[in-house]
Amino acid sequence: MATPPVSKLGRVAASPLALLFLLPALLLLGALVVYPIGYTLVRSLFDASGGRFVGLGNYIDMFTSSATRTAMKNNLIWVVVAPTVVTAVGLVFAVLTERIRWAAAFKFVVFMPMAISFLAAGVIFRLVYEQDPDRGVANAVITSVHDAFGSAAAYPGARPRGNDVLAAQGKGYVSTRSYGPGDVAELGLVGVPPQSLPATAANAVAPTAASGGLAGIVWLDFSPGGAGAPGRIDAAEKGLSGVSVQALQGSKVIASAKTGNDGRFQVSGIDGPVRLRLAESNFKEPFGGVTWLGSALITPAIIASYVWIWAGFAMVLIAAGLAAIPRDALEAARVDGATEWQVFRRVTVPLLAPVLVVVFVTLVINVLKVFDLVLIIAPGSVQDDANVLALQMWRVSFGGGRDQGLGSALGIFLFLLVLPAMLFNIRRFRQEQR
Amino acid sequence: MRSNRSGVLRAAAVVAGALFTASACSSGTDSNSASGGSSGSSSPAAQSLKGQTVEVAAVWTGTEQTNFKKVLDAFAQQTGATVTYTSTGDDIATVLGTRIQGGKVPDVALLPQPGLISEFAQRNALKPVPNDAAQLVDENFSPDWKALGSVNGKLYGIFFKAANKSTVWYRTAAFKEAGVQEPKTWDDLLKTAQTISDSGTTPVAVGGADGWTLTDWFENVYLRIAGPAKYDQLTKHTIPWTDSSVKQTLTTLGQLWGKQTLLVGGTKSALQTTFPQSVTQVFAANPKGAIVYEGDFVAGVISGETKSKPGTDAKFFDFPSVNGSAPSVVGGGDAAVMMKDTKGAQALMKFLATPEAAMPWAQAGGFTSPNKKLATTAYPDEISKKSAESLVSAQTFRFDMSDLSPVAFGGTPGQGEWKILQDFLRNPKNVNGTAAALEAAAAKAYKG
Repeated sequence: MATPPVSKLGRVAASPLALLFLLPALLLLGALVVYPIGYTLVRSLFDASGGRFVGLGNYIDMFTSSATRTAMKNNLIWVVVAPTVVTAVGLVFAVLTERIRWAAAFKFVVFMPMAISFLAAGVIFRLVYEQDPDRGVANAVITSVHDAFGSAAAYPGARPRGNDVLAAQGKGYVSTRSYGPGDVAELGLVGVPPQSLPATAANAVAPTAASGGLAGIVWLDFSPGGAGAPGRIDAAEKGLSGVSVQALQGSKVIASAKTGNDGRFQVSGIDGPVRLRLAESNFKEPFGGVTWLGSALITPAIIASYVWIWAGFAMVLIAAGLAAIPRDALEAARVDGATEWQVFRRVTVPLLAPVLVVVFVTLVINVLKVFDLVLIIAPGSVQDDANVLALQMWRVSFGGGRDQGLGSALGIFLFLLVLPAMLFNIRRFRQEQR
Repeated sequence: MRSNRSGVLRAAAVVAGALFTASACSSGTDSNSASGGSSGSSSPAAQSLKGQTVEVAAVWTGTEQTNFKKVLDAFAQQTGATVTYTSTGDDIATVLGTRIQGGKVPDVALLPQPGLISEFAQRNALKPVPNDAAQLVDENFSPDWKALGSVNGKLYGIFFKAANKSTVWYRTAAFKEAGVQEPKTWDDLLKTAQTISDSGTTPVAVGGADGWTLTDWFENVYLRIAGPAKYDQLTKHTIPWTDSSVKQTLTTLGQLWGKQTLLVGGTKSALQTTFPQSVTQVFAANPKGAIVYEGDFVAGVISGETKSKPGTDAKFFDFPSVNGSAPSVVGGGDAAVMMKDTKGAQALMKFLATPEAAMPWAQAGGFTSPNKKLATTAYPDEISKKSAESLVSAQTFRFDMSDLSPVAFGGTPGQGEWKILQDFLRNPKNVNGTAAALEAAAAKAYKG
């Protein structure tokens, strides 16, 4: 076969025939890639209507708006954290699956999330992160672990009616007046659903003064149907059992008591007037789980869902790289007495470095344009806190902003951010082909 | 319609919408002509439109489409015209916009927003309502509806379907347990909520993760505090959001939103609760709340997502009056507009202004007519009857303000009014800061 004419630069010179064959590809690239980029650049110099030239106005707007700054900050967090974690997790999975018997099955399971669209994954994680432990699996796990170590209080949310008998102190309540021996204290509480009373709860009975001590009652001051009068022990009202009552002299606890099934209690061994305190421990709210979708945790929560999706991708690529590592290098290290950790740290990882870099850079590019997960997982109330550049671009151009000039400016900015990573990857491919 | 949809669904719809708009333009056309044989009841004079074809476009699909076709059937029966129905899907503005550009408009369209009436009227795409139909509007509708259908004093739209967004839904069992009655005033509502809280049930569920539920709260209180005139001014942004009426409204809302014990899960949890969740919090098994505010479409969510039955387990009361305000309703509606001046279109417009047109759909359910001549006995159940009664008898009706504002301000998750009211729910003491933020966002959005 005759060698084609070679130019000085070492490239194949363009012949009319070659151009003809390239034409469809060039046309497609021009129409689908080059033209949109060029038009976006032009559009970014015009205002929302597209009719008025504003120069760099959109870029100034962009960098001075707090929404974009939050988006940039979040993008930075994403770029630093997400690819690192995904690569690390992928590496660990890849190395470990080399050693286990059901490696293929394990890899299959880890890789499976890749088969789910980002949109569906976002919907799944929106449910996982739900605040209500009955709905969100993340909080269901956390609250059941938490509850295994400490039980919830008997009457969370119970509180006095707001009359003058009890006043709030911290999360507990203290009587506003003092009681002496022989006195009777009637401490009414409300805000307890009748169905959450223990089965043993008995009707409240007005206590009678005890000799030498202080008698009292803690009861649910609300009759079903709202029939009773506030502050009075009415017929169908139940006592609150198991409430711990402390007698205070100054701020010192000198005696304490627990209420019985009908809510009555007796404090003995007091000689002067005391105040009564219903301790905080009676009313502690049950642990409600973590607010994953609140403004503080939203970005880490979304990154975690991203890791879930992409860990399989990293694992598969790294495992392929791992298979190509010469076994004898590992064996030699082991023969020389290296521990498994040293083999991993000093031999496997350096040999894998090129693969790790490719995975990492690919993920960086991918992370810069993350959009759908954020849009779907973050509730509207925290969308601003979870904002990323790609989402901000969509929001200003379509999602209500209707300013495609500003949107184009953001697009160009995003493009410039992705560019270095792209060039890096292209250079690597070239080097490998050589 | 835009407002009854959660954030997740909205996001999904964005993507799905991109895929389906193309198909929605072409499909969904359906024709129903007068069945020639079955006539006999209709007078020969009325059969004058035999052979004429009338095309109607609206957003309705599914059950709503089936029920609307019953209305069109009645028209076809009466006049002998052939009526074709085209469903535009949710994005009627885009579909009709392209058809106007292409010069192939339907005879009559039903627009879900007054903003579209004025937009199309200004593009000269609409024909004014013919005189005989306009006369029917004067007779059968309250002036508020006529004003909503008019652009610069000229009547273009006849409101056919309405939505009542001044309904506060409650669990009857919770009210019975606490021994409380339906509150009539805002102060009563606060007292009722407090009593329910005392009874051990957290009273009010708020779907704060969706900003639009909060705008609906605001609009209802605002209309009652400021009155319709100021409501219109604020809608057009001729008075600033820093007006004292706005601050008073926010203060009033703060009386409820500021009390952690009155909101299911407190404000932190309310901000994570989507609208459908706020309904299930009140009406599903193991309910957490007793009261949830939103429009008449809550009934659909209750019967769709819970085992509770609207009418027995779940009832509603009218949004309570504030400082003795007159019965007022905030809501929405679909208006019929004429895009071609044909005989068939004129006859259909006239027909849609009559109570006979509303009858078939009212009987089928899921429909409220703004037509005050329609006997409320037409509605199939107590709930829709009561909703229609309060809508028609309200002294003041105002269209949902956020639906009339620029989308960037009143209709976008995470920004504008939605976001600022969410921030206010997070910190209900910040009345002045919220008003200032609303004004800043409005100034920006109304300018653009």
